[in-house]
Amino acid sequence: MHNFFFQIAIFIYFVSTIGFFMQVITLRKDVERIATIFLGAGFGLHTISLLMRWLAGGHPPFVNLYDSLSFLAWAIVGLFLLFQWQSKLKSFGAFVVPLAMVIMTGSSLQSKAIVPLPPALRSIWLPIHAIICLCADAIFALAACGAVMFLIQERQIKNKRLGAIFQRLPSLEALDSMNRRCLTWGFPLLTLGIVTGSIWAEEAWGSYWSWDPKETWSLITWFIYAALLHQRLTVGWRGRKAAIMTLVGFAVLIFTFLGVSLLLSGAHSYATWFK
Amino acid sequence: MPPGSNRPQIVLLGVNHRTAPVEVREHLALRDSDPPALRLFADLPLCEEVVFLSTCNRVEVLVSSRHLDGVKRSIKELWLKKGRLDPGTLTKSLYEYEGTEAIKHLFRVASSLDSMVVGEPQILGQLKDAYNMALKEKTAGLVLNRLLCKAFSVAKRIRTETRIASQAVSISYAAVELAKKIFGDLKDKNAMLIGAGEMAELAAQHLISNGAKKLVVANRTLSRAVELARSLDGTAISLEEIEDALLDVDIVISSTGAPGLILKKDQVRRIMRPRHHRLLFFIDIAVPRDIDPKIHELDNVYLYDIDDLKGVIEFNKAERKKEAIKAERMVEAEVIKFMSWMETLDVIPVIHFLQKKAEAIRQRELSRSYKVIKSLNDEQQKALDILTRSMMQKILHDPIICLKKGAQNKDGEIILDVARRLFSMNSSNEE
Repeated sequence: MHNFFFQIAIFIYFVSTIGFFMQVITLRKDVERIATIFLGAGFGLHTISLLMRWLAGGHPPFVNLYDSLSFLAWAIVGLFLLFQWQSKLKSFGAFVVPLAMVIMTGSSLQSKAIVPLPPALRSIWLPIHAIICLCADAIFALAACGAVMFLIQERQIKNKRLGAIFQRLPSLEALDSMNRRCLTWGFPLLTLGIVTGSIWAEEAWGSYWSWDPKETWSLITWFIYAALLHQRLTVGWRGRKAAIMTLVGFAVLIFTFLGVSLLLSGAHSYATWFK
Repeated sequence: MPPGSNRPQIVLLGVNHRTAPVEVREHLALRDSDPPALRLFADLPLCEEVVFLSTCNRVEVLVSSRHLDGVKRSIKELWLKKGRLDPGTLTKSLYEYEGTEAIKHLFRVASSLDSMVVGEPQILGQLKDAYNMALKEKTAGLVLNRLLCKAFSVAKRIRTETRIASQAVSISYAAVELAKKIFGDLKDKNAMLIGAGEMAELAAQHLISNGAKKLVVANRTLSRAVELARSLDGTAISLEEIEDALLDVDIVISSTGAPGLILKKDQVRRIMRPRHHRLLFFIDIAVPRDIDPKIHELDNVYLYDIDDLKGVIEFNKAERKKEAIKAERMVEAEVIKFMSWMETLDVIPVIHFLQKKAEAIRQRELSRSYKVIKSLNDEQQKALDILTRSMMQKILHDPIICLKKGAQNKDGEIILDVARRLFSMNSSNEE
């Protein structure tokens, strides 16, 4: 049953994606409202799907890649809705919602079977650690979308091409301040995610840190975002440099998230558990 | 050339933002020439009346002369000599209009139809300034006086009767729009004006009405800066303090009349670190430019000069196009009216002559009659005076109307010639 809602949610996200693209082309406000309503509906169904999976499995649905991707997409959409509700950013949806769509599609290609929870994961830390980490990832995904928009818009203004694209993207400062906000929320969450993971590791395996590939790469990601945040706050790195760094950070984050899980083996590897 | 056609003709030579880049316009503006450019043109031998218009976007000479080709040649020679340009560049960027075309162009300029930002209000003021200058220097006469007054009234009509002006965005307004695209909200932004010209003032007003927080005015003559700063509720600084002031401003609008650069790349590079790389937006509306174009290469710094602002302005063009068509029609109609007037310039002397001649005959014959008929009392004399006058007027009415109408037609020359011969105008002129 959870799969049924999941499929409908994907479909509605798809409709919403088209809506946001239409909005960017036509610049009509009502189209954006409809696309947002669709997105909200899809988000609701997606939430139901997640809860049903939790109930059906009897444990928090953060076990395999399907779960992680699905929750990541859910968090991106949720945070996007929250963000747009708070401070509207022009054309943001046309960048974020397709990304969520892609993640959802990736998720739907994974095995959806509910497997019994491996003993190692039976802990209250599973949902805490996973939710915190995935929310941090979602925030950085939003930051990356904003960074792409910033770089496009910055190019338009630098090259003095003030045409259709320029008109459709938000102001540089709005994009840059979004980058700052994402960073100031995402970074503490990422830190907290690593700390909770470490505590959990100590509880489960008796060691806070064991240089598992996921841990190592998380630390690298953490350092990149830490550097960016530090430079932002002290030297005032902003604009283009910050946007590029955000994208570099996000690329490493994707590798940490997918690459490590799929290619390298370790405690976080979905590959080893569910072959 | 038939004697009647030797009336003054209107010629307009110039460059604008479309035909010439800033550098060429700078040369042709002859800003530092002595005597001033207007005097130079007025002193050309074939030039009867002249108005010289020089703004950021255009340099134009409006001349009334009886020798079109000669006056055009001498204007170009003067420009080549004083503007230090090579002939190729000048020919390439210069437009030349005569007669109807010249009048139409002037009307379009005055009504801001030829502006970079169609409908922007500044050009009319600039044209009025140019005209006042010509009045002061006594270089405008019968023809240009009438032409410019007409241009002003056309511009006014177009402003009130079409929506061009209500949608008008001036350069400074466009600059503010662009600033909004960079900063989003101008609420907590500080702005600096370098140079205290009218354009800068307008831009400042736009910035303030869009919520800009603080305003700094830098000017070479501090008193003018203080004056402007007071009226805009800002602070005044001297040109030397610009670099320090850059630390906490976000938008800089520069419009000085300085011949060289005021702000160099290195100066801006130096202040970017202390200002924590916050975005900095320069708008250079000065001709010649005030701000080193290389500044645009710096990270988080954006420099737009007056030509770049075109891009911002292109947008609303479509909306304005419809109104522009309406305005163009009004211009056409006014041009035709003015041309009619121009053509009556030939007729007027003939009509005057006719009236004078008839009146002279009447007076002579009247006084002769009074002498012969001595018994006339005052009342009868008066009646006779009225009788003869109305006869004269009735007889002359048709020929005058015919002349006036004919003047606007193709056969005007013939009618004029016939009239001169019928009333033996040339011979009696010599008397």
